[in-house]
This record gives sequence, C-alpha cells and structure tokens, in this order.
Amino acid sequence: MANTETTERVSDLSGEKYKYGFVTDIEMDRAPKGLSEDTVRFISAKKTEPEWMLEWRLEAYQRWLEMREPKWARVHYPPIDYQNSSYYAAPKSQGERPKNLEDIDPKLLETYKKLGIPLSEQMMLAGVAVDAVFDSVSVATTFKQKLTEAGVIFCPISEAIREHPELVRKYLGSVVPTTDNFFATLNSAVFSDGSFVYVPKGVRCPMELSTYFRINASETGQFERTLIIADEDSYVSYLEGCTAPKRDENQLHAAVVELIALDGAEIKYSTVQNWYPGDEEGKGGIFNFVTKRGDCRGKNSKISWTQVETGSAITWKYPSCILRGDNSVGEFYSIAIANNYQQADTGTKMIHLGRNTRSRIVSKGISAGHAENTYRGLVSVHPRAEGARNHTQCDSLLIGGECGAHTVPYIESRCPSASVEHEATTSKISDEQLFYCLSRGIPQDEAVSLIVNGFCREVLQQLPMEFAVEAQKLVGISLEGSVG
Amino acid sequence: MLEIRDLHVTVDGKEILKGLNLSIPAGEVHAVMGPNGSGKSTLSYTLAGREGYDITSGSILYKGEELAALTPDARAAKGFFLALQYPVEIPGVSTMVFLKTALNAQRRARGEDEVDAVKVLRLVREKAKALNITEDMLRRPLNVGFSGGEKKRLEILQMALFEPSLAVLDETDSGLDIDALRLVAEGVNAMRSPARAMLVITHYQRLLDYIVPTRVHVLRAGQIVTSGGPELAKELEKKGYETITGAAA
Ligand SMILES: Nc1ncnc2c1ncn2[C@@H]1O[C@H](COP(=O)(O)OP(=O)(O)OP(=O)(O)O)[C@@H](O)[C@H]1O
Ligand SMILES: [Mg+2]
Repeated sequence: MANTETTERVSDLSGEKYKYGFVTDIEMDRAPKGLSEDTVRFISAKKTEPEWMLEWRLEAYQRWLEMREPKWARVHYPPIDYQNSSYYAAPKSQGERPKNLEDIDPKLLETYKKLGIPLSEQMMLAGVAVDAVFDSVSVATTFKQKLTEAGVIFCPISEAIREHPELVRKYLGSVVPTTDNFFATLNSAVFSDGSFVYVPKGVRCPMELSTYFRINASETGQFERTLIIADEDSYVSYLEGCTAPKRDENQLHAAVVELIALDGAEIKYSTVQNWYPGDEEGKGGIFNFVTKRGDCRGKNSKISWTQVETGSAITWKYPSCILRGDNSVGEFYSIAIANNYQQADTGTKMIHLGRNTRSRIVSKGISAGHAENTYRGLVSVHPRAEGARNHTQCDSLLIGGECGAHTVPYIESRCPSASVEHEATTSKISDEQLFYCLSRGIPQDEAVSLIVNGFCREVLQQLPMEFAVEAQKLVGISLEGSVG
Repeated sequence: MLEIRDLHVTVDGKEILKGLNLSIPAGEVHAVMGPNGSGKSTLSYTLAGREGYDITSGSILYKGEELAALTPDARAAKGFFLALQYPVEIPGVSTMVFLKTALNAQRRARGEDEVDAVKVLRLVREKAKALNITEDMLRRPLNVGFSGGEKKRLEILQMALFEPSLAVLDETDSGLDIDALRLVAEGVNAMRSPARAMLVITHYQRLLDYIVPTRVHVLRAGQIVTSGGPELAKELEKKGYETITGAAA
C-alpha cells in the first residue's frame, strides 16, 4: 500500500498539542527595535551585501512608507506596531557562518534535532537536503557537495547575493516586484534569510530540497525570502517547514517566495506550515502574511504548489501561478485547518496568459472551534490564452457549530475558447461517521483525525513521501479536542 | 454474558424501550424479531453506547460489568461488537486503513501490542476471502459506493477480525442475495463458540434456517413480549406478529 495511506496515531506524539513551542536559550545578536532606513542599512551590512542590493532594499523601503496594509481579507487583528519589533536576530555563535557542519553551535544542532530535523552528517534525512534558517540567518545547509556535483545551487539567499549576483540580479523581484503589496514590499526592504535554488538546464535535482524555518527570538519578525529558478527542462521538488515557540505576543512572518520555471521545467513546491497558532483563547500566535508566486515563464513548464496550513494565528497567503508560457501548467493543492480562534484567508491565483495553459485547484478547508476559514481564489484568462482550461474544487469541512467556512472565487475569462469550472461543497463530520468509528474501538480524537485525513487525501497524496506521514499526524494533532 | 434488566431508553425525549428484559449466556445465539419501529435498532445502539440513547432506568450487565458508564470505543475494546443496519461511508479512508486503525485501537486499549501493517493485511485477506470480499473493495474508501450487500459483508468481516465476545447483528441479512446470505451465515456460524454470545436481529425466518438460534424473542413496543425456541420464528412467519403477540399479551 502507498505510504500516504498509513494513518499514524495521534497519541504517538507527546501529549502536548503544540510540541514545537519550546525556546532555545542562546545568545543573540539583534537589531535595535524599530524600522527606519538605518534598520535596512544595518541588515544589509550584517549580510555584507553589495551596494546594488542595499539600493534595492532602500527603494523598497521608501515605497513601503507610502503604502497601506491591505484590509480586504476576512481576518481581524489589532493594529501592528511596526516600530515595536526587531528586524534582525541571529545567534551570536553564528557570527561568521561556519563552513562545516561540525562547527555549528551544539545548541542549534540540538534545537533542530528536537524539531525532527537532524543536521549532523550521520543522522541527516537520506535523500533530503536541508537549509536550516534560525530567526534571521541560515545556520546550515546539508548535502551541498552532492548537489554541487549535479550543478544544483542550493544555499542561503544571503550567500547567493554575494556569490551568484548575476542570477540574483536577473531574477529577484521579477515575479513579485518590490512594489507588489504592503507585506511583499516590507519584505523586500528588510528580508533576512531564506533559500536560493538554481537548477541548470536539463538537470533533474537528485534529491528533495527543503528549508526549515524556525522563529526563536521574541519581539522579532521573520522575513524570509526564497528564490527558485528551474532552467530549461529541469526538475526540482522543494519543501518548507515552519515552527515557532509558544508566546503570548503575536509575531510577524512576512515572506516572499518567487519561482521561475523556464521552457519545459517543473517546480514542485510544498509547504507544511505549523507556526504557533496561539492558545485556545486565541492569545499569541504567528501572523503569517505571505506572498508566493510562480512564473511559468517558459513554454511547457509546470509549477505545482502544495500546502498544508495548520499553524499561525492568521494566515494570509495566496500561492499563485502566472501561466505565461504556452502549454504551461499550474497546480494548487491546499489543506487549510483553522481551529480555536485561528483565522485563515488563503487560496490561489491562476493567471492564464499563454495558449493552452491549464490549471487545477484543489482546496480543502477545515474549520473547528471558533475559527474562520476562507478560500479566496482568482482564475483569470486573458484574451490570448486560447484553449485555456481550469478546474477548481473547493471543499469545506466544518467541525462543531461555531466556526465559519467561506468560499470567494473570482473568475475573469476574456477568452471565449477557455473553459473554467468551479465546484464547491460544504460538509460536516456527521454523528453517524463518528459513532461508526467509535463503535469499532477508535477513540474520538483519532476518529476525527482519520475522517479529516480522508477528506484531505487528494492533497496529502501530492506531498513528497518523506513528509506525508508527518503531515497526516499534524492534521490530527491540530484538531485534537475539537469534538465533544 | 449479557444481562438486561428492566431497561428504559429515551431518544429525543421519547421513550422507545419500555422495560426490556433479556439475558444471553455465553455460548448461545439469540434472535430478536419484531415489527418495524418496535425498538430493535434502538436496543442495538443502546448496547453500543451511542450518544442520544439515554438509559432512564434499568441496567445492562456485560460480563458482570455495568455498560452504561463506558464510551462506545471502550465497549468495543472490551469485546462488544455491533454490525450496523446501515453501515456508514467514510470518504478518502481506505477500508484497509480503517480496519487496521480499528484493530490496533482496540488492542492498544487492552494494553496489547499493535499488529503491523503486513500482518493486518495477511489477517484481513484471509478472512475477506471467505466472505468473497475483493482486494479492490479493501483498497476503496470505506463503504463508499459499496452495494448494500457488500456493506453488510464488510460488517461481518470486521466481526471476524475483531473476534468479539458479544456480537449484535442488526438486520445483517437484509439486502443480501441468496449466495451472500449463505456466506454471511457461514461466517457467523464459524464464530459460534462456548465463549461467545450473539444477538441476531432479523425480519426473516430464512436466516434462522442457516443460523439456528438458541432462543427467539419477539420485541414489540419496546418490550420483549414472547420468547421461545427456534420454532417460534417459524410460527411467526406463518401467522404474523399480530396473532402471536396478541395472544401472548
Ligand atoms: N431521534 C428519534 N426521535 C424520536 N423517535 C425516534 C428517534 N429515533 C428513533 N425513533 C423511533 O423509535 C422507534 C424505534 O426505532 P428503531 O429504529 O429502534 O426500530 P426497529 O425495530 O429497528 O425498526 P426496523 O425494523 O424498521 O429497523 C421508531 O418508532 C422510531 O421512529
Ligand atoms: Mg432497525
């Protein structure tokens, strides 16, 4: 049987619902609180960036000063004080980033081990290269040698800016311009670290690439920036995971991810997002305001987004595809779980520009407790996109009577030969289903997990095998205690 | 094994079982018959511990223990099994995964070791064969798109897999074709043992030709009104509930 079918039991994991809520006690080098031109210069200097990068950041910063926070999403939160947070925090021991894994601060190794991401040579996940980002810096990247042999560049973006400026200058901001939106512009000014991937022509990346984002420091925001370029006829599968400590304060995570697929290239991008969601009363948790966009720049290219969003107090995120190349394909597979007082407003945009472009959207939204869960999606077909096709499937599952599920699909088709289909369903976990499971000896929380995993199956199957089982467990854990 | 005394059960504020008495010793198979709406399924749900079936008075002793305080999953772990009149569909969850999850949940609750996937697969395949349940069915989502008869056979497969001490079969014969009826009956008979008790709810004498019960009870308006040997079922078939229970009342 396929690996994705094994439903592991919830009780395998520690009784704590959010088991990643610990804090690593480590000496930090921080930017003083507040945001100004000096902050931008401070970050750029910390990263020993070239002048052009600083200019780029400063321009974004100036622009940001004139922008307003978007208000159209179905989410509510108190005003964010952008001056009351620090925009750079890095472990002191990382001053000069160590060249070898052996030189990493043992406290950091221990942290990642606890998170299930062993970085030391003997214990690394076979077949998965990991870039570990801790607050504002990347602390380690595994399997670099093996990837270099294949010609694949996989490194922290701060390193790419110094060592591969020609690629970074060509592609950075080419999918999400610095002017794109409030949070993306803020990110452009103050981004700290994230991953850079370049897969050369005709290369099939020999292993899964993944970045593990960890927020540790308090009163900071994390501004990750990821850039992935798949050159002609190449293939790469990339996965990101995220966790943060339990805190009463809200912390901002405003990321920008840009993907570029050239002729015949394919990028598969998966996210397992498990930022701290806040407590049962809705106190604390991460504000996850993220701009992710892929550009199918070449003909016959493909970009596929898969996301499992279980964490964060607020999720505001619309991984999108610009289907520019003829015959290009965009996919969006999403599971968004909102429990207790979590709010999720997430979906995708499929912009059909090229001929015979195809897109597929499968969204599974699960709401429990007092949560609000919105699918917001745009399918836009331009006049030139003859023969474009889209199919959207939006399913909502409600657990209990006090949560909400909303579906907001926008369809703009300016091409008569295009076909756009939208299907939506809303259901509840029925008493019959629960009783049936119970009567067979399956306890309540495990029954909910089983039923919800069944509901999400189509999406879970899209995840790389190495992560599917973990994601299934996560689905169960994030809904523990939601019934009865 | 099972001792029900003066059981009163209310559903949505309406009393459905009104002083039911029934006792099934280990090693015996009892049949309960009765007109539509007489409370047969209510009895089976109450035994399984379904929410909303409130015991207002009386008692249910299972192996000498009062059942009322136990949740349905705890009852299952203690060896109680109910084959439902209307088995439920669970989309996206393959039948095999469901069986493994349930079996291991029960074992865990009893403090036994879990059975690994390969072993469960072997175990299920062996039992499935006897019930003519195909590999394809085991791979498909639980009960989704299964025919009525297939669903019922899957209930019996579960009974065979879990090896309960007390099994209640609620109209498992309804909707079965002749061949399936025989398969199911054989499956049930194979499980008869001195250590096990069964309660078979049915409308049709025919099932009882295959599964010969120790006792037959007639349930009417929430009470057992008549009991007898296997011949009572034949008599009911001939004369109908009105004559038999009318006379007894
Ligand atoms: N939620 C409910 N509220 C009120 N009455 C109910 C409810 N559920 C069941 N009943 C009633 O309880 C009575 C017994 O139902 P039950 O399903 O136990 O009958 P049954 O003997 O199994 O019938 P059948 O032979 O048709 O399966 C019926 O009159 C039914 O309408
Ligand atoms: Mg019934």
